[in-house]
Amino acid sequence: MTTPSAATTATTSRWRALTHHHLFWPVAVLVALLLVNVPFTPDFFSIRMTDGHLYGSLVSIVLFGSPLILVAVGMTLVIATGGIDLSVGAVVAITGALTCSYISDQADQSALAGVFLAMGIGLVAAVVCGLWNGFLVARMGIQPIIATLIIMVAGRGVAQLITDGQIITINSEPYKLIGGGYWLTLPFSIFVVAVVVAVTVLLTRRTALGLLVESVGGNAEASRLVGIRSRRIKIMVYVFCALCAGIAGLMISSNTSAADGNNAGLWIELDAILAVVIGGTSLLGGRFSIGGTVIGALVIQTLTTTIYTIGVPTQTNLVFKAAVVIVVCLLQSPKFRAKVFGARFGSKPGATGGGTSPAAPAKTVTTPAEAAPKMEVS
Amino acid sequence: MTATTKTPPSQDSRTAPTSTTTSKVSALLADRRLPVLVTAALFLAMYIAGLGRYQNYGFNEPQVFLNLFIDNGYLLVAAVGATFVILSGGIDLSVGSVIGFTTMFTAWMVERQGLPILLVIPMALAVGAFGGFLMGYVIQNFEIQPFIVTLAGLFLFRGLCLVISKESIAIGDETVSSLAQTQAQLGIGFLSIGAIVALVVLAVAFYVLHYTRFGRRVYAIGGNEQSAMLMGLPQGGTKIAVYTVSGFCSALAGLLFTLYIQSGDPLHATGMELDAIAAVVIGGTLLTGGSGYVLGTLFGVLVLGLIKSIIQFEGTLSSWWTKIATGVLLCAFILIQRAMTARKQT
Repeated sequence: MTTPSAATTATTSRWRALTHHHLFWPVAVLVALLLVNVPFTPDFFSIRMTDGHLYGSLVSIVLFGSPLILVAVGMTLVIATGGIDLSVGAVVAITGALTCSYISDQADQSALAGVFLAMGIGLVAAVVCGLWNGFLVARMGIQPIIATLIIMVAGRGVAQLITDGQIITINSEPYKLIGGGYWLTLPFSIFVVAVVVAVTVLLTRRTALGLLVESVGGNAEASRLVGIRSRRIKIMVYVFCALCAGIAGLMISSNTSAADGNNAGLWIELDAILAVVIGGTSLLGGRFSIGGTVIGALVIQTLTTTIYTIGVPTQTNLVFKAAVVIVVCLLQSPKFRAKVFGARFGSKPGATGGGTSPAAPAKTVTTPAEAAPKMEVS
Repeated sequence: MTATTKTPPSQDSRTAPTSTTTSKVSALLADRRLPVLVTAALFLAMYIAGLGRYQNYGFNEPQVFLNLFIDNGYLLVAAVGATFVILSGGIDLSVGSVIGFTTMFTAWMVERQGLPILLVIPMALAVGAFGGFLMGYVIQNFEIQPFIVTLAGLFLFRGLCLVISKESIAIGDETVSSLAQTQAQLGIGFLSIGAIVALVVLAVAFYVLHYTRFGRRVYAIGGNEQSAMLMGLPQGGTKIAVYTVSGFCSALAGLLFTLYIQSGDPLHATGMELDAIAAVVIGGTLLTGGSGYVLGTLFGVLVLGLIKSIIQFEGTLSSWWTKIATGVLLCAFILIQRAMTARKQT
């Protein structure tokens, strides 16, 4: 789509520095996807003002991508510690279910106090889920993928239990604002996302917290030995991730004014992991990029929007997504780059910036055609 | 469980504890058969409790027990495939999608293309196995995590379902109906073709895992891939084969599911990979790989199936209790596993 040949032939150091920036490929994919829309929708980039609100494809992409960005930002920190959180979709469902069922019980559904209390209840439930995940992973030492599988399986049951298997619809003006309302001409959810992302970036990049998270992801035991409370850090990131999922749950249920225990946030964990991977964060942990994740989430949302706008039948959406996952992962795999582009290209630090990370052993490959046993001892 | 001697030894590498009581406890906890026994005991306890509670509603009829196999045959086949992958230390998230795709593919081929089912069956199996092979190939050759590759597989096959048709396709083919209705009488009740195929698959998997070189390789690379490689085991080929087996089992499970439900639907078996993984875990297979029994998977599936039957017999309980009960069981068994592995490390 973009021009890989240009990247290889360019020799100026500035160009090289640009292409080797960890955000280069995610941004390139995003820009390419956005440009694909132009021939089909000439006014794709135009933004117009209607009723004091800004409308346009770009605004919609951010609006509809908001819950995914939130969940993916939380997921980034979990993945940075070498973990993974499969329970976010269930947490989205539980938070939405609790909040909506509380609001629907109120006499005046638009009363601010009631709405705030309802949101508080929902978010506390999310935090409890995060504590449980963190407890299992950090205290009990259970593999993250398995520990979070428990809430992934049981959580939707709990959400359905809360809503009694029904889709609870509510009619609350203040609650509607979070996911479907506008503020200062922009969708309110954009501000929520901006605040969460800004706080996360400040906490992780302006304090030592981010470094500690990466250190735990690099080697939890070594971190513990040098005096980092790696267990506490791990619990913290799972709580943070669940909290982000909780806010996303509020947003999704607010946007539809309904809580659906079965379908709210369905498969969002997979999209979130995908966003993190596209953003260049290695699934092995040890380093992360919040900016990359935000762009990754926007790539996924743009992909979905693009599929709609260019008139591809919507049912092929998932096939496209699968293709993107594979392409992005292959491009990030040092082995693949070595085989396809030659050993020299493959051995360079890639999109993950993984020259020093365990994710990128970057071996030279002796027999590319052979699928049989390779005795490469690192 | 006759195969205990065949699995990689670890019992004798334990350090000897001081007092006899702790030695008994730790010996029990270190016994690899313990999780299977716990699951089997749990199944028995649940079944007996069911007998006591629903005696007047016909729970004691043997057919209720046989129905566990009839109603969960496809899950058993899928879970057997997942057992191979998990024993090798990997994970396969594409199981549910491949099952859904197979129902769609079969229904479309039989109903819309008019092909005989006997021709469609090998085609469906080949597609599933090839999908598994591709995923294994990418995992092995490009060193991408199984989680991500099989996630792409999940998207791909679910997408392909929808590409075939957005609507469900009912199967009215006579051969399919007669296959679906064929019953094998056992004297005390009957089994469907699906249940029999599932039991055959289980027996073959049992033999392969515990009595063949391939099975030992699966255990070896699950136990420690690096050591397996250094020993000269063809770990690459084994890994690819494991995902191929899983793809094949998923497709076979899809065929059984098609027989069971006699339609293809793009949303069939959504999330069934979780049921399969849960069954494997509840059956006592370590998710880190290298330890477990495929018979445990059978009990895992039976326990999950029994939860469903009990909820049906109870009548007032809603279906979401199945999910909660599964989650609670999953949690309990993961903690048991954890207690065991913690013992082994000391």
